[in-house]
Amino acid sequence: MDLMVLVQVLDSTMRLATPLLFACLAGLISERAGVFDIGLEGKMLAAAFMAAAISYVSGNVWIGVVAAVGVSVAMALIHGLASITFRGNQLISGVAINFLAAGITVVIAQNWFRQGGRTPSLSGDARMARIDLPFANALRDVPVIGPIYHGILSGHALLVYVALLCVPLTWYMLFRTRFGLRLRAVGENPAAVDTAGVSVVALRCGAVAICGVLCGLAGAYLSTGLSAGFVKDMTAGRGFIALAAMIFAKWRPWHALGAVFLFGLLEAVANRFQNIDIFGFNLPVQAMQALPYILTVVILAGFVGRAIPPRAGGAAYVKEH
Amino acid sequence: MSRGRIPHWADVTLVPLTSVVLAFIISGILIWAIGESPWGALKLMVEGAFGSSYGWGYTLYYATNFIFTGLAVAVAFQARLFNIGGEGQALVGGLGVALVCLYIPWPHWSLALIAASLGAAVFGAGWALIPGYLQARRGSHIVITTIMFNFIAASLLGYVLVNVLRQQGSQDPSSPRFPSDTALPKLHEILGVFGIPFSTVPPVNISLLIAVAMCFAVWFMLWRTRLGYQIRAFGESEPAAEYAGISPVRITIYVMLISGGLAGLMAVNSVMGEQQRLVLNAVEGAGFIGIAVALMGRNHPLGVFLAAVLFGFLYQGGAELALWTGIPRELIVVIQALVILFTGALDNMVRIPIARLFALRGAR
Repeated sequence: MDLMVLVQVLDSTMRLATPLLFACLAGLISERAGVFDIGLEGKMLAAAFMAAAISYVSGNVWIGVVAAVGVSVAMALIHGLASITFRGNQLISGVAINFLAAGITVVIAQNWFRQGGRTPSLSGDARMARIDLPFANALRDVPVIGPIYHGILSGHALLVYVALLCVPLTWYMLFRTRFGLRLRAVGENPAAVDTAGVSVVALRCGAVAICGVLCGLAGAYLSTGLSAGFVKDMTAGRGFIALAAMIFAKWRPWHALGAVFLFGLLEAVANRFQNIDIFGFNLPVQAMQALPYILTVVILAGFVGRAIPPRAGGAAYVKEH
Repeated sequence: MSRGRIPHWADVTLVPLTSVVLAFIISGILIWAIGESPWGALKLMVEGAFGSSYGWGYTLYYATNFIFTGLAVAVAFQARLFNIGGEGQALVGGLGVALVCLYIPWPHWSLALIAASLGAAVFGAGWALIPGYLQARRGSHIVITTIMFNFIAASLLGYVLVNVLRQQGSQDPSSPRFPSDTALPKLHEILGVFGIPFSTVPPVNISLLIAVAMCFAVWFMLWRTRLGYQIRAFGESEPAAEYAGISPVRITIYVMLISGGLAGLMAVNSVMGEQQRLVLNAVEGAGFIGIAVALMGRNHPLGVFLAAVLFGFLYQGGAELALWTGIPRELIVVIQALVILFTGALDNMVRIPIARLFALRGAR
């Protein structure tokens, strides 16, 4: 593997990790507040469709992004309604959201564009433009720094950098603000938060809404940045990979960055090479695809450090208890 | 709102029926919004699914799949274990069926059926055993592990079909056709013995009878055996069950074995009964529909049977819709989602008004 290939793989790692990073942080914030969300996949999928459809119709990708965030937040609020207001089962609600998105995107896409559940290809302003970082071209031929800066870091859509920025923002929000403190508290011990006179419902709804915004950005990037248009089921399990990354990161923002880069790298390598030879042992592409899931199971089983979710996660808060 | 406010009969009939009606109303609005007639669509679906023995045949074929996966989810639910791994367990079950049918020469379909059922159940149960073990022994969350195992199963099957079972020279990632001696008798052949005419086209086969038998077996196991009692007690209250000397580890593992085995059995119907070979997407989402079926059927085998027939109708009716109108098949995924949402997650939203109605009537 020469340097050129390495740069290409890392460059596509950046791109593939971006939707995972958004979704992973989305799940992290929701679960820190005590609301399990296995509907990341569905929200991302609905947002991906909305972004592509509205970008195509309006000709402006940013209108599409706003619409994507809107639909994703709406779905997040359905999840909130079910799991916070009506104290329903959070996991079942998440499953329902996933199916709702899988079905409704195809039904509407087919009706709207008549292309078998996909949107027309996006071009021009309907796609996310690539941004060259300052001095990228000037530094291009400098050894070491050149390939890293020009080849890997520069030349991505704006949302890639937004996603990276979301990591310190999430960290700051969670660990350095009053809102973050309360949000974490509501995921560990909602009764204490309630006793302190802070609304558990409002906090959890806030967290779920933020989760919706981030999933919306993930989906929008997927259909207008990473590819040029929506196709049926295009999230292809990324919501679950993000969930896996979240567990891998043990619900911590900076670790999440590491985890999504690992999973993005695995995906990039699996895309680039069909079969990998490791010391004469042939590793099939399917093994690479399954690796994130296997790693998650291993982590969950506690074989590589314990992954302990927020204590009050998964349960609705009932005041009378 | 406490559960006791509603009579039991209303809890098992009125609440799920209201949820289904709500799901249908919202789907109707969706159909109307995309410019088709909801009434016409419903008529087309009912005629397509129940209007002929051809339609019935497909409806019952799909229902057979959903009975197996619905029972799988329901049994786990009885122990408060949310097994979303039905899809993966059925995929691996299909591998069991394929290995039995391909590598052992069978003189007669009946022997092949018994062996393939065993293969399917053992493979499905084995695939469910790992998440079950991890939940029981290491405390990893069964929902997340079963989801992960769905993906791992898909990758595993992809590998096996591309690199191991694929026929020489074929590009198609699928196993060779099973020998014709393993073909299961179809429903028209069975009914033909009694002189009842039935369409020869649909793939509905003898697995339907196995599915019905499984409904009975699961009912018997849950309500007439010591293990069933332990499972239900464990589901009601884990600490109480433990205090009564029921081992959580043992129950979790048993339940997941039974659940996985039932999900795996689904492959007998689809892989052996219909395709007669193993293909990449042999399960076609039936593992997930099992969740909706179990929720609607209130985790009771009879309810699962009825809900499975309803979803069989939706599947077959949905196919007719896609054939004759501009409404894609995915509409049934929307209906499925709404059923899961209303019966599973928004249960209280449906139940509280019904409970109020009963409270009003009681006060009068």
